[in-house]
Amino acid sequence: MLSFIIRRLISAVLVLFAISVMVFLIFFATPGVDPAARIAGRSASPAVVAAVRAAFGLNRPLPVRYLLMMDHLFIKHDLTSYVNVNTPVIPQILHAAPVTLSLVLGAAVIWIIVGVLGGVIAAANRGKFIDPLIMFVGIAAVSVPAYWLGEVVNYFTQSKFHSSVFSWVPSSGYVSPLTNPWQWALHLLFPWLTLAALFAGIYARVLRAELVNALNEDYVRTARAKGLSERRILLRHALRCSLISIVSLFGLDFGALVGGAALLTEIVMGLPGIGQLTYNSLQNLDLPVIMGCVMYAAFFVVFANAVVDVVYALLDPRVRVA
Amino acid sequence: MLSVRDLKVSFATRQGELRAVDGLSFDVGAKEVLGIVGESGSGKSVAMYSMLGLVRDANVSISGSVKFEGREILGLSDREMQRVRGGEVGMIFQDPMTALTPVYTVGWQIVEQIRAHTEMTKVQATARSIELLGEVGIPNPRSRVNQFPHEFSGGMRQRVVIAMALSCNPKLLIADEPTTALDVTTQAQILDLMERLQQSYGSSIVIITHDIGVIAEMADRVVVMYAGRPAEIGKEIDVVRYPRHPYTWGLLGAVPRVDSKNSRLVTIPGTPVSPLDVPDGCPFAPRCEYRMTICDQRPPLHGSDDHLDACWLSDEQRLQIRPTPEGPEARP
Repeated sequence: MLSFIIRRLISAVLVLFAISVMVFLIFFATPGVDPAARIAGRSASPAVVAAVRAAFGLNRPLPVRYLLMMDHLFIKHDLTSYVNVNTPVIPQILHAAPVTLSLVLGAAVIWIIVGVLGGVIAAANRGKFIDPLIMFVGIAAVSVPAYWLGEVVNYFTQSKFHSSVFSWVPSSGYVSPLTNPWQWALHLLFPWLTLAALFAGIYARVLRAELVNALNEDYVRTARAKGLSERRILLRHALRCSLISIVSLFGLDFGALVGGAALLTEIVMGLPGIGQLTYNSLQNLDLPVIMGCVMYAAFFVVFANAVVDVVYALLDPRVRVA
Repeated sequence: MLSVRDLKVSFATRQGELRAVDGLSFDVGAKEVLGIVGESGSGKSVAMYSMLGLVRDANVSISGSVKFEGREILGLSDREMQRVRGGEVGMIFQDPMTALTPVYTVGWQIVEQIRAHTEMTKVQATARSIELLGEVGIPNPRSRVNQFPHEFSGGMRQRVVIAMALSCNPKLLIADEPTTALDVTTQAQILDLMERLQQSYGSSIVIITHDIGVIAEMADRVVVMYAGRPAEIGKEIDVVRYPRHPYTWGLLGAVPRVDSKNSRLVTIPGTPVSPLDVPDGCPFAPRCEYRMTICDQRPPLHGSDDHLDACWLSDEQRLQIRPTPEGPEARP
């Protein structure tokens, strides 16, 4: 098991390296994209552009520029923005990351609980009224776009009923859990629910399908022949085997969301997270910030996948050998 | 010990009523091995599963009577049935590759069954499962008990399934094609093992198979099933040596013989009737060479006390069709 984890971590590092090279090449070696011209401004003279190119080291060979950027990003930690010159990149990311992490972690807890409960209840009651009901609510929640749901939630909690039922809901924004954990949770409650709604439905549906499949497996028949209770068969045998696919789904979703895919929810809910930071830097073609955000996002995606693989191996003994 | 009377299992489907088992009756005595033989789809497995409440289809309807040790078990509540399954009746399945839950060690799965039916502690149950694995011929049971199903070969997995089925000393063991998915050498080993265990555990066995060789090897009594109905019932020696029903003749004729000069495999002409569309008369009539007008009526199960068959042919006709050196009349 330990060697499995070590092997997995080494490959994670290799993947991160590959991603950094690729992102670097996309933004710095794509024909037609001249970072120096962007930095110099729209109507800069060729002389100014050349000066900028020299000042930012953009006239040096690509591998050297790559290494310099990585050096600034990972070793010296002093990479600065091209757009707001002298604004370091890393503090921006460190500032935005906790917001996104708080949002996604809280939402993940909710959607996993709701999704697993919904899937199990639907599978246990398949053929009865409650099963299609749960599945319908699930598909409805999946189909609603984040910005619409977020706006509707905001409309009800912030304006329409803000003076009556939802008077306890604070205005949108982010409060650090270190300064006030209660306000942190209160501020994030509706963003959590909004984001979780989009995923709980998918998880319930996927899990139900997996469970229904599992319940038709031979090992479930064996479990019945052993004289186990239906509850034990569902939870210890069918659910246990179905969790494997839920875990891999979760790893992908969680990594992507922490990496910035929660952008829409962040913007609608007024949360200054990674999604917003990435979006702004892309608007300005602020390459160092993009690089930083991408590396941060890639780290979480790769890290989440590595964790998934390890959990996978814990859940499924057949994976451990390979 | 097990007494089944007029068991009927049917499924309501869009195409109409699917009669999977249609009036099956048999008895299994203590320490007796009953073989149920028939082609795929003849209803032999469904009969066993429905007896034990293992058919979970909402459209199923089961009628008749199944008495286990004098107690009616058809229509028992789920809870009562759970005590019977695994505790008093053990089951062995066809495909050992998929019969075990892949994510738990074999020991865990045996312990689970023991603990579901007895008051044993985890430690006692683990010790018992190691003992059981040794008994079914798994080498190094002490270390194998902590391995996962995928670390066992097919034959070894079937041994694990057998160990599990025996873990609560069941009075009856139902084996659903226990050797079909195994290769030939392993088949013989598993049959030997089952015979040996049957002697040491003294449980009765119902063995479902389409392989008449397995019947000849193991069974004391045989039920030949066709289209959900019994075609012939009797002692193994009677049915295999002096078969009376044309379908049984076909089955026995289909066993490849080493000394045969004819290299083509013998088959029964035609295909089994669809359970959606069982004829009112003899279900075998459409495939039967010796069909008569009377075959449009359903033949009753008749004959001498312990060798019954459902066919309209008279003894004389049978003797003409299938003159055996010892002939039905010449039997002791």
